[in-house]
Amino acid sequence: MTKAKKLSLKQNYTMLTKGLDWEPSYQKKEDIFPQLSFEGIKIHNWDNWEDPFRLTIDAYWKYQGEKEKKLYAIIDAFQQNNGQFNVTDARYIQALKIFINAVVGLEYSAWRGFTRLGRELGDASPRIATQMQAIDEMRHATTQTHAISHYNRFFEGMGNAPYQYDHAWYLSIPKSFFDDACSAGPFEFIVAISFAFEYVLTNLVFMPWMSGAAYNGDMSTVSFGFSAQSDEARHMTLGLEVIKFLLEQDPDNVAIVQKWIDKWFWRAYRVLSLVATMMDYMLPKRVMSWDEAWTIYYEENGGALFADLARYGIKPPRNAEVTIKEKGRLSHEMWSIFYANRDVVGFPLWLPSQEEMAWFSEKYPDTFDKYYRPRFEYWQELEDLGTPYTNSTLPQLCQVCQWPCLFTEADDPTEFVHRETEFDGEIFHFCSDGCHQIFEDEPKKYIQAWLPVHQIYMGNCLLPDADPSSPDFNPMAEAIRYMGIKPGVDGGLFKDHSDAKNWEKWTERPANIHQGASTDFVRKTSSQNSK
Amino acid sequence: MAVEIKTAGVKPVRTAFEHLIARFGDKPATRYQEFAFDTQPKTNFHYRPLWDPDHEIYDKSKTAIVMADWYALKDPRQFYYGSYTIARAKQQDAIDQQMAFLDERGALSELPDQAKRLITFSLVALRHYEWGSNTNNNFIAAYGYGTTITQAATMAMCDRLAMAQHLSRIGLFLDDKTGVSLDEAKEFWMSHSAWQGLRRQVENMFVVSDWFELMVAQNLVADGIVCPLIFQEFDRHFRSKHGNDLSSLTNYSVRWQKDFTRWVDAVIKTAAAESAENRELIDTWVKNWHLHINSAIDGLASELLGDEATASLTTINNEFNVRLSKLGLSAI
Amino acid sequence: MANSKQPVFIAFQANNDTLPIIDAISEDNPNAVVTEMPAMVKIDCPGRLVIKRESIEEKMGREFNLQELQINLISLSGEIDEDDDEFTLFWNE
Repeated sequence: MTKAKKLSLKQNYTMLTKGLDWEPSYQKKEDIFPQLSFEGIKIHNWDNWEDPFRLTIDAYWKYQGEKEKKLYAIIDAFQQNNGQFNVTDARYIQALKIFINAVVGLEYSAWRGFTRLGRELGDASPRIATQMQAIDEMRHATTQTHAISHYNRFFEGMGNAPYQYDHAWYLSIPKSFFDDACSAGPFEFIVAISFAFEYVLTNLVFMPWMSGAAYNGDMSTVSFGFSAQSDEARHMTLGLEVIKFLLEQDPDNVAIVQKWIDKWFWRAYRVLSLVATMMDYMLPKRVMSWDEAWTIYYEENGGALFADLARYGIKPPRNAEVTIKEKGRLSHEMWSIFYANRDVVGFPLWLPSQEEMAWFSEKYPDTFDKYYRPRFEYWQELEDLGTPYTNSTLPQLCQVCQWPCLFTEADDPTEFVHRETEFDGEIFHFCSDGCHQIFEDEPKKYIQAWLPVHQIYMGNCLLPDADPSSPDFNPMAEAIRYMGIKPGVDGGLFKDHSDAKNWEKWTERPANIHQGASTDFVRKTSSQNSK
Repeated sequence: MAVEIKTAGVKPVRTAFEHLIARFGDKPATRYQEFAFDTQPKTNFHYRPLWDPDHEIYDKSKTAIVMADWYALKDPRQFYYGSYTIARAKQQDAIDQQMAFLDERGALSELPDQAKRLITFSLVALRHYEWGSNTNNNFIAAYGYGTTITQAATMAMCDRLAMAQHLSRIGLFLDDKTGVSLDEAKEFWMSHSAWQGLRRQVENMFVVSDWFELMVAQNLVADGIVCPLIFQEFDRHFRSKHGNDLSSLTNYSVRWQKDFTRWVDAVIKTAAAESAENRELIDTWVKNWHLHINSAIDGLASELLGDEATASLTTINNEFNVRLSKLGLSAI
Repeated sequence: MANSKQPVFIAFQANNDTLPIIDAISEDNPNAVVTEMPAMVKIDCPGRLVIKRESIEEKMGREFNLQELQINLISLSGEIDEDDDEFTLFWNE
């Protein structure tokens, strides 16, 4: 009778994985893996690929199954106990609208993008690693949908997510980011997503922001967030492994990888401007500022990473210093854009309270009082007068990142950046040098962009039942309708929004903890309580 | 924060996501429905793929099959990630216990050398077929249209990897975990004449560009012939000579096949019922792939079953024809 | 291995399962700094952080597979070296 011998983690993974694939003899390898050569990346030996986590599928199921049980137990309890009313106030809920409408779409694309890599990379080991990441990303899109589903039953602006992702102007920022990666070759995709996005930047989304969600009482979101980030830890490790593998395979890969790091760091950073606003403006109780988070998670951790990669000849991403110069401004500039355009976005906006502005003054001593406090105070006056500031013209969008061109010069916060270039007889506009440089490298790709404002002007944003020949045709209202945003319901001022009114009716607590109640109903209750 | 208020009476303002109300009516949606339906981006794609400039990132024309509603290709098991993973973890736990028990007893390692060679030749070599199937289901997940089909294909991709790893484990039972049986099995897969027909068909599938054709070729036809050959006919044959130990391990694959077949049949039946054109196309694919695959496994059947090969292949093909007719397809 | 002093970190969900893990890590890594944040515990350490299976087992009073770290892990930074006994985060440079 033999006594069972136990294999180590590494031996077991190697036995079950290595050698599953084979050198084909009935079809040509380049026909089976047609995407491997066109990017110019040279791979000499796939055997050098190391999967640091060495997960076999049985272990994957075991641990993921465990995580899912825990997660759904929390989501179930949250729903049964109407946990949506336990969050700090109804402003917090507005951030979840960005999650369901933008982030779920990103996770979805990550899932489909990684399935492509699972099929197209030329060797079993990286293919298994990317297949597992693919199903993880599917998990994230699924669990985010399930965690936010319950909120959708009580609040506006979350019910139409897939449609909005395809149509709403500001959601073309995240969508074009992932379309860009998904339309790229497999090596660019993996450098873009696994390395530049996940390794370098996603800690910003899932650590400070999710910890903030916990701080504001949202157990449902924080549970999916942390649970997703635990998969992310594997993905980030894969991202680092990929980079090292590519750089070690051939010296010619270094310049290509550097170009992708430069491009995707900037692309990802621009998308994360959304998170900057969510952290600073949409968490009623805050854990840390964007400035602090960028310092820790990019400058310190990213610094360590790029110090480690220097031995391969890799430099920190181009324009990284711009992100550091911008960190005191980013969230304030972005919130201003959303506020000014609040009638055409899917969630209502508000001005920061005195309490919040005091916090900003402390967290942003060099910028807030100088540039943004006066602006917000002026806008507050206009609101109080009943004539709130609003932007009545459609903004010029950046051809690459698709944000409005309203960022300021790295060295002058009072000057808007505007770069442009001519290609094929047409002028294209950019929000930054970073985006301009990306365009110049692949103009034929970026001229294809579905730029919402252009599309509106071209008359392409109309639903089939819209009638431009009708006398009361309102092109702006029709464009908003096309985007899946309900005019008069989804955007506007927070204090007038039905989420705020319903919140106070349902919870008898102020919809904005800093401003007191906005409806008479709660004003009465709170004053009684305070007596 | 304490809940000081009676929120039990608060009525939701809507029952479900709007696209689900439009599809299923004004009632709460299941977790399967919430992710599976209408979630794939449909329009306003920004850039043409550099790797396929003739198509959009998600594009209906990547198969010749035409559906009015691609979300009709539902998964009867209604798996979403959580229910899928938890179900698989449970099944895996059961087989792990079974394997640990057999491992302690040194079960398969006590078989005569000839029997061990036969297992290496059949089941262990089959791990490469399963890897091929992983590749093909992965292709469907990557290039298919709509979440219902691509989600289930993503799960199928993982399932096939699990099957390949399960068969690898059976190999490790034979060789005292040295991996020698895996090397021998690969040699059979690569060079033994009995496997070359099937390997050629698997490689041919790797260059098919129509994802629905792959669904038919791999999941209906190839599995419909190869899996019964190994897990039903060969298993029975082997059991009659060498006892039940092997069956207690292959049982896992057999039960999994049943679960998998429910999905495959539902998808193909629905697509075939959509239009006469779809049905004809699927019939043609079935016919072509069956012709090649069935003749490809002749030698393999003889090697595994000896004199019983012809009778077994007849049984398998008869059962396959019954299945085709249930799917509304023409018999072979 | 180089003596990098660049920061590595690992973060776990703050719950009953992770108490002994965090305890074990703190004892095995004298330079580690433990920071508690809402629902999360982050452990920073210069250069290198080692998580030892045996130490966790001792704290937990049961067998522990290092892959179980996955269940409550939130994030990490650094290169990884994992075997059956140790899970190490480090930077080379």
